[in-house]
Amino acid sequence: MDAFLRALALVADPTVLLTVLAASIFGLMVGCIPGLTATMATALLVPFAMFLDPVSAIASIVAATAMAIFAGDIPGTLLRLPGTPASAAYVDESYRLAKAGRAGEVLGLNLVFSAAGGILGTIVLVAAAPLLADYALSLTSFEFFWLSVLGLSCAVFTVGDNIAKGAASLLLGLLLATVGRDYTSGWPRFTFEEPDLLDGLPFVPALIGLFALPEILRTVRARPQGDVVTMRQGMRIFAGMGRALVRWWPNFLRSGAIGTFVGALPGGGADTAAWTAYAVSRRVTRDPEAWGKGESLEGIIDATSANNASLAGAWIPALVFAIPGDTITAIAIGVLYLKNVTPGPSIFLENAHILYAVFITFFLANLLMIPLGWLAIRAAVPILRIPRRLLMAPLLMFACLGAFSVENSLFGIGVMLGCGLIGYWMEANGFPVGPCVLGMVMGRLVEENLMTSLIKVQGDLTRFFERPVATALAVATVLIWLWPLLQRLRRRWAAAQ
Amino acid sequence: MKRRNLLTGTLLAGAAPAILAGGRAHAAWPERPITLIVPYPAGGGTDIVARTLAPLLEREIGGSINVVNRAGGGGITGHEAIARAAPDGYTLGMITNDLSFYVPLGQSRLTHRDFAKIGQTNEIAATVTVKPDSPHDTLPKLLEAIRANPGRLRGTGAAPGVSWHVAFLGMMDSLGLDLRSVIWVPSQGGTLGHQDVAAGGSEFSTASIGEARALLEANRVKTIAIMADARVPQFPDIPTLKEASGSDWTFSVAHGVGGPKALPAPILERMTAAVAKVHAGEEFQTQLRNRLIRAVHRAPADWDAVLERQLSEFARLLRAAGLARG
Repeated sequence: MDAFLRALALVADPTVLLTVLAASIFGLMVGCIPGLTATMATALLVPFAMFLDPVSAIASIVAATAMAIFAGDIPGTLLRLPGTPASAAYVDESYRLAKAGRAGEVLGLNLVFSAAGGILGTIVLVAAAPLLADYALSLTSFEFFWLSVLGLSCAVFTVGDNIAKGAASLLLGLLLATVGRDYTSGWPRFTFEEPDLLDGLPFVPALIGLFALPEILRTVRARPQGDVVTMRQGMRIFAGMGRALVRWWPNFLRSGAIGTFVGALPGGGADTAAWTAYAVSRRVTRDPEAWGKGESLEGIIDATSANNASLAGAWIPALVFAIPGDTITAIAIGVLYLKNVTPGPSIFLENAHILYAVFITFFLANLLMIPLGWLAIRAAVPILRIPRRLLMAPLLMFACLGAFSVENSLFGIGVMLGCGLIGYWMEANGFPVGPCVLGMVMGRLVEENLMTSLIKVQGDLTRFFERPVATALAVATVLIWLWPLLQRLRRRWAAAQ
Repeated sequence: MKRRNLLTGTLLAGAAPAILAGGRAHAAWPERPITLIVPYPAGGGTDIVARTLAPLLEREIGGSINVVNRAGGGGITGHEAIARAAPDGYTLGMITNDLSFYVPLGQSRLTHRDFAKIGQTNEIAATVTVKPDSPHDTLPKLLEAIRANPGRLRGTGAAPGVSWHVAFLGMMDSLGLDLRSVIWVPSQGGTLGHQDVAAGGSEFSTASIGEARALLEANRVKTIAIMADARVPQFPDIPTLKEASGSDWTFSVAHGVGGPKALPAPILERMTAAVAKVHAGEEFQTQLRNRLIRAVHRAPADWDAVLERQLSEFARLLRAAGLARG
């Protein structure tokens, strides 16, 4: 209670409130512009986060990403271009409805269900994280080893259509994770006598490069596009909202839960959450006839609730286990460390008031989404007309500032530019960047926990199964690995009957 | 707003050397802002001391001081930036006794000898911390268990070869115990080391009391000795290592202000006096005490002697533990 009151006082600070407001507007802009993602918004916030107190720094990321994921629906509906990948699942359906003159209705539902989805995810986060953290205090490197192996297995969500290219990207990430002093012996690996690499490849600059630079390069190299043509139509966006809420609440609850869960899985971000909720919705719908004809709102409501819910879900493992649930929290963990808030089981013992303040800003940001989102929908047409090429110079400057500010060193900028070029080359050749980032994050965790555990038991592998929770996690991991094989065997067995 | 500040800053930085070159050498020092480099991330122990010290020093020397974190490279990058700075008194830094590990570990040739010492400011002592319901909940019991079960018990708190691991090595060595009779479990920092003890992954950790504070208050760990020559005021029941075991060994991570070796004598003297005066003040003492950091002042010559002794002592311990290279 005491911590809660302190947290309330922290959030009531005008700087925090102003930061949330500014970050929200920034997030809406980024989300509205196709090609710029919520992860990129987070990366570009890093230089500002350096100057802010811990609560404002985290609050700015929370607010900007929530707004960006919603705002991605605006160009999705009006232009059939998803503003962020999280809106991609349902742009076809939204655009069809917009052509039928229902853009206002669709955007209104997107807005309200995004905010509601965000709040649902936050409720789960607030309820689950402290309990889970308290429990996690009794976990050791053995349990953390299996958890990180599970997390690494979640790479399957990110590999994309070409499994070989996805796997190559994952392996590159794992290779990059080995740079730096060996965790157990202190021996430098792949550092080329460069002291700046002793702690490993600087993570935040690398992420800024991988997420921000490829899009900047692509935009600068692309031919200038003609003026954007949007449909002018009535924007009575809250008409009939009451009825919609009553009608769709079971869908909302189901998809909010799916979104939060997918968000909490490492590797599964807002886009995976939206695709999953959309697919489930399509499978269980009572009205399959209406789908694909520009008549059904069901899939849109499901997916738009899920992608915002996933944002909060991703913070659960990030705060409790320091295992990021998505690429946004992968950067946010870096910011937490820089602000001397060490994520992990003891985070609620050390920094309860800061975390409660962050939770409050989660609610605040999702409530603020309604009025600001309404304004954004109104202002969407002029925003979409801004020539994107003009934005790239300031974005590049922010990327450089962010890469520099983490360690106040030009080395960070070099890493950012290098990773950016690699990322650009990878995406141009069909290699997804997501698995590489997951490999960089999880590679370290898997190695550290494996080596720590091996040292504890002096190499005796049987003792990896000594602790009951570790054994349960091990069994679950192996079962998940074998699942596709078991299913195939079962099908073959059923066919043979 | 920020962009404009940055621009003005750049212009000022560009103009300043020109003013200096104009003559008036060090008489008017400081006539522009001084940079105080912290070789570790913001929010850590070194950073807290630097940010407590800076505003008080500003008042004392009548100039402004900017604290800049140059983290990365296990502290080597930042320490090197201080040692290699132009010796004009405008780039100083916090230096730590981590400087005594780099040569034995073969990571860098940097030692304390590459710095002009201005004054030690504080120490953060190592501890011995166990689980409250552990069978060895006093130091004698723990040491007895180590003697009785060589190669069974696990200690943790730091990566091998640095800070709290060296604290552990020195304790074992001073008590005549085999350095390898305890399994050293590497941990990513002291807080996570204490946490592993709380979870039952290791039997004890040697990281500082500040890093254990939250777990101590939640009664998840119990500190059974502190490796300093005096008890901690906030935890008067925790004995020192000497009281608990008779060993004279003490280990602290120590911080202080330093600069490049060729720092001009007038600036060195002014800074030395300023640090000593600020250190004696109630404001500095109170702020450090609240953070569980012990304010210990050493004048340049004394501090130099301590660092010189540690350089050879730590090298001996690391060699004995089989961690020394080169």
